[in-house]
Amino acid sequence: MAAGVHETTLGLDHRKLAMWVFLGSEFLFFGAFVSAYILYLDATAGGPNVDIFDIPFTSISSFVLLMSSLTMVLAHNAHVRRDMRRMRMWILATAGQGAVFLGGQVFEFTVFYREGLNLTESPFASAFFVLTGFHGLHVFVGILLLLSLYSLTLTGKVKPNQDLKTEMIGLYWHFVDIIWVIIFTVVYLIPELAMGS
Amino acid sequence: MSHSTTTPRRSVFSRPTAETGFSSWITTTDHKKIGIMYFFTVLVFFFLGGVESGVIRAQLAQAENSLVTAEIYNQAFTMHGITMVFLVVMPLSAAFFNYLIPLQVGARDVAFPRLNAFSYWMYLFGGIFLYSSFLLGGAPNGSWVGYAPLSLDSVSNMAFYAIGLQLLGVSSLSAAVNFITTILNMRAPGMTFMRMPMFIWMSLVTNFLLLFAMPIIAVALFMLQFDTVFGAQFFNPATGGDPILWQHLFWLFGHPEVYIMILPAMGIVSEVLPVFSRKPLFGYAAVAFAGAAIGFIGFGVWAHHMFTSAIGPVARSAFALSTMFIAVPTGIKIFNWVFTMWGGKLRFTTPMLFAIGFVSMFTIGGLSGVTHAVVPHNAQQHDTYYVVAHFHYVLFGGALFGLISGIYYWFPKVTGRLMDEKLGKLHFWTWLLGFNLTFGPMHMSGLLGQPRRTAILPAELGGAVELYNLMSSIGLLVLVVSALVFLFNLITSIRSGVASGPDPWDARTLEWLSASPPKHYNFDTIPSVSHRDEFWHRKYAEDEAGQPVAVPAGASSEHVEPDAAHAREAEVGDGTDAAHDGVDGGHIHMPDPSYWPLVMCLGFLPLAYGLLGPTPWLIVIGVVWVIIGYFGWVIEPVAEGDDDDPVVEDPAATRSGVAAH
Repeated sequence: MAAGVHETTLGLDHRKLAMWVFLGSEFLFFGAFVSAYILYLDATAGGPNVDIFDIPFTSISSFVLLMSSLTMVLAHNAHVRRDMRRMRMWILATAGQGAVFLGGQVFEFTVFYREGLNLTESPFASAFFVLTGFHGLHVFVGILLLLSLYSLTLTGKVKPNQDLKTEMIGLYWHFVDIIWVIIFTVVYLIPELAMGS
Repeated sequence: MSHSTTTPRRSVFSRPTAETGFSSWITTTDHKKIGIMYFFTVLVFFFLGGVESGVIRAQLAQAENSLVTAEIYNQAFTMHGITMVFLVVMPLSAAFFNYLIPLQVGARDVAFPRLNAFSYWMYLFGGIFLYSSFLLGGAPNGSWVGYAPLSLDSVSNMAFYAIGLQLLGVSSLSAAVNFITTILNMRAPGMTFMRMPMFIWMSLVTNFLLLFAMPIIAVALFMLQFDTVFGAQFFNPATGGDPILWQHLFWLFGHPEVYIMILPAMGIVSEVLPVFSRKPLFGYAAVAFAGAAIGFIGFGVWAHHMFTSAIGPVARSAFALSTMFIAVPTGIKIFNWVFTMWGGKLRFTTPMLFAIGFVSMFTIGGLSGVTHAVVPHNAQQHDTYYVVAHFHYVLFGGALFGLISGIYYWFPKVTGRLMDEKLGKLHFWTWLLGFNLTFGPMHMSGLLGQPRRTAILPAELGGAVELYNLMSSIGLLVLVVSALVFLFNLITSIRSGVASGPDPWDARTLEWLSASPPKHYNFDTIPSVSHRDEFWHRKYAEDEAGQPVAVPAGASSEHVEPDAAHAREAEVGDGTDAAHDGVDGGHIHMPDPSYWPLVMCLGFLPLAYGLLGPTPWLIVIGVVWVIIGYFGWVIEPVAEGDDDDPVVEDPAATRSGVAAH
């Protein structure tokens, strides 16, 4: 850790503080999209509504994404212990699970598209695709970050004592997971339960 | 330091080294140079926004005028609004943030110097992108509020608005992250929150507002973008889309945006008034907390822009109350500024005049703002020139007067020279006259029914309204003359102003401890802070009657750090970069310049043009370019002192100065 080398007012590394500040802003970004989705739940223009969701399928891909947070923690933990071999292994595992989640999303989108739910169908469809699509984009950026971290440890640009870099990417990754928990609950589960009752 | 033993290899990833000339500016990561670049870019956009206001006022100078077409008129008032909000007032505040935040908190630079350069280039390219619309089929013409479904219309040119503002938002957001980190984490030892200069307080609140408001406008703009280019249905009423959603999102950003524009100016006058009243700021804690309260409540008043939309009586009542409530912290600040001047030894210099102009003009704008909170009044005033008068009193009489006060006040710090006082006073009085002549009559013409955003002034509104409009148009001519006086003063003073020395105003805050202009590394030794208004307390002690007594330079008392007094004495000497005894110059590591912020930002231009829809290849080129820029940025050799977790032989060496907390 960098403690003791950099003197900062709050005793936190700049980059870590900046990442927290930035993620605070990201909450508002997704908050606005989630609000629009809730507003447009019934604005389906006669097209498919929330019944189209396949809850068991999405639950599995959500579970995979949540588990990737665990492997991210293990990667950071390995980096702190200077165990770069295990660190790289867990980084790949995290990126892999992220890719599985993204693959699931692409599959889901294709199924919905075939069943008549596309971006231009209704405000409901637009809100759904743009919200989950932007989350998918965040996962994609996270995978890019993980893979660059992986290759930079191979070339020696990220050194065993620079575990802060892993921690930063971990913060971002956990954030993307937390946002998915909110999206899965609000977008998939609650309307389904409300419709079912 | 760790890797200075080998001769650096020159490669594409080597960091540029130019210290003078053109390439030193485009590669700079120095917060002071970036602040100056912001300032001069703002001057150019201010000129363009002024030309657009000229089109508006020429057209409205007489009733039933046909000088310009309605299409040109629409583009002129839309671009005038976008320019003045996003390309003038906000970046002019950013110029002050850049130049002053590190100096006032006693730091050598911002937390992320390359990100800082990135913010500037995004701002510049966002502005260029917006203005290129004039050459590419017409500028945005649906007003700066971009209301759907008008903004979805294919003839509205609002795609440039949707994407251009997105670029500017990226700039603001990255700057906000940078400045918040700098303020929270890089304060000089001993500078607690209650010892921060008031400008730093207001900058902190402003940047938090940016942090939370920018993503909301980003969401709204993405929706607009998806609707226009990809056929999404967010705002299409035919399929159940709700244009009111646009208004909610826009004003949930748009009202905090008002405070984003006014709070930096409030911070500036909170610095200027005490210095020229020779008294500390009255009610420091109240001013700071009122600023924070404005920040919080500012997010809870947006729907007063929508009283005439279908939002229901409960929402109207709630937002009427919250809107009246936000006048309380604003009033607290105004009374504190007045009490600061009360009983002070006032010096009516140009910055002081503009600060007083700010307090009085902003009070008028604030009071007419309270009238909007009253729902029936609001219904009468909505989209009339009364509203135009109100927000120009807030943003021109308020924000711009405050920012100009700051320009005169800190000009000696930036250039080492004073601006001409006679020309400055001429500028102030003509500016005040021109401003009131332009915008004062709009209150009346608005109440008499003149609508906003209408190219033709209808003759049936009556002769009084025509007279008021003629007065406004003449007022703009006065403002133009006044602006030319300012520009002349600025240019001649940069070249041949009277040398100022490091502390021409007998000021109170840390930036005046540094030389004028400050050295590249700002301070010889990072100052240790033990008081609010630290610099003042280094210069003055109190006698038995509580009156300030000057501490002789070089003398050591409990208030004066021996090394600081030494540094000040040395800087008073010649203000040059001469080596001083006892400074830690040998250990100061400043961030190296870098090409990558510019390279990465350039990639956003093809991306932005691609998103307009002509060809997806431009998007691909842009994305690849940005990613290449990003990796160049990441693997660029780290600068000494800028790097992370360096192998440090002597940890004390990087602390550069007193580290006792």
